[in-house]
Amino acid sequence: MPRSASVAAVSVRQAVRQFGEQRILDGLDLDIGAGQFVALLGRSGSGKTTLLRALAGLDRIDGGQLQVPQARAAVFQEPRLMPWKRAWRNVSLGLRGANPEARARAAMEEVGLQHRLSAWPGTLSGGEAQRVALARALVREPKLLLLDEPFAALDALTRIRMQQLVLELWRKHAPAVLLVTHDVDEAVLLADRVLVLDRGRIVDDLHIAQPRPREIATRHLQEVRRHLLGLLGVESNAEPAPNHSFYLTGTHR
Amino acid sequence: MSLRSHSRWPFWRNLGARLLSPLLLLLLWEAASQSGVLPARIIAAPSAIGGTLWQMLASGELAGHLWVSLIRALSGLAIGVSVGASLALVAGLSRGGELAIDSPMQMLRTLPFLAIVPLFILWFGVGETPKIALIALGTTFPVYLTLFAGIRGLDPKLIEAATLFGLNRRERVWHVILPGALPSFFVGLRYAFGISWLGLVVVEQINATAGIGYLVNDARDFMRTDVIVICLLVYSVLGLGIDALVRGLERFTLAWRPAFIRS
Repeated sequence: MPRSASVAAVSVRQAVRQFGEQRILDGLDLDIGAGQFVALLGRSGSGKTTLLRALAGLDRIDGGQLQVPQARAAVFQEPRLMPWKRAWRNVSLGLRGANPEARARAAMEEVGLQHRLSAWPGTLSGGEAQRVALARALVREPKLLLLDEPFAALDALTRIRMQQLVLELWRKHAPAVLLVTHDVDEAVLLADRVLVLDRGRIVDDLHIAQPRPREIATRHLQEVRRHLLGLLGVESNAEPAPNHSFYLTGTHR
Repeated sequence: MSLRSHSRWPFWRNLGARLLSPLLLLLLWEAASQSGVLPARIIAAPSAIGGTLWQMLASGELAGHLWVSLIRALSGLAIGVSVGASLALVAGLSRGGELAIDSPMQMLRTLPFLAIVPLFILWFGVGETPKIALIALGTTFPVYLTLFAGIRGLDPKLIEAATLFGLNRRERVWHVILPGALPSFFVGLRYAFGISWLGLVVVEQINATAGIGYLVNDARDFMRTDVIVICLLVYSVLGLGIDALVRGLERFTLAWRPAFIRS
């Protein structure tokens, strides 16, 4: 392990990944401090998923350096539970060390699913399945937790609850988190730092120091939001829109 | 629950209505046989078939033949399923295995296995061996094809997740790939069961002295249409029984599937 391991959870230097002529990651640099919550925004095709897969060790890079902790775990957009294993067995799957069953049960309790221990994944709701996936990641006590749009497939209410749960568990276990998302609001509400990825490079790195829980309607966060949307190629109106539909109907373009 | 008790009476009434037309047909058949419109060499009367069936059951003749056939089918099936499953595992779990095994299997599977009978008689003689070997051959392919497809058709995202969560290769095969391929395997198993019974009729024409297939051929030589009908009945009952058996196995091993969870 590098000597900086106690400070930095992730260190990426000049990472390159290319498919044929196309460079998906193009000399990308990234540092994530231990216990930091980082959100990664980017248009589709900007290399978000490629970067996450490289950090997870699921994909190689063609050039540059990559330092990640051994203990890492991921939650994906789909829960990716084994349908033939009961919920707690999914959590304990591949778990080494003493007493995997008890640890799996404890993790299920942490995500509020102690009553669904022996459920088949096929009987879980989308939110419940995603919470099992979260328990499966956390039970490994990762130094780096990779979240690949984990809330994208959930309904709005479940999403808010899951976001709160992730924050709560992050405070308790303090892993470094890299959250890949499309949702600017989600990034702004949750993360210490928001990165914007474009054409294989990080083009912006915003620190958000506001205490949580945050309110997206505050002036500062609205400005951050507008700035980020601009970087992502979404033009927003100069004034924060109190009623979105009013502005839509009022446009003559 | 309440829905079921409400619909109980219509259920029995429907059942009665459904049975009415077959019973009527049976009566017509009996009448035609008795009046001589349907001679016994075309087809025996239901009453005669019933009588013969009772006789064959009481004397233990039918059970004896059935036992012989059952042993043949199950021996062939055991060999065929083991070979098919082993080959599918080797081909499914490794590139090299696929290269070595898959194309010969794809070539062999298109051969109508019943056309190999003469060759098997030359190789194995006319005893039990060619009979069991032929059923084994016929049942190998459906198991191979479905299990191979099941292994290869598994969601790569699940395997990826398993890798990420620290499962080594052996654990991935055991916890992810095999359980994931099991539903496909059962489809192949059903085909294999069907083929084993189909094969019996043919292989028991090879110098057999016992078995259901032998019974059919023997009955044909003596124009015993009643015995032929009984054998056909036995086949269909066996088919139903085996299907129930496989269903039970699936219910037990695939309890996680949504279809079984809900029921």
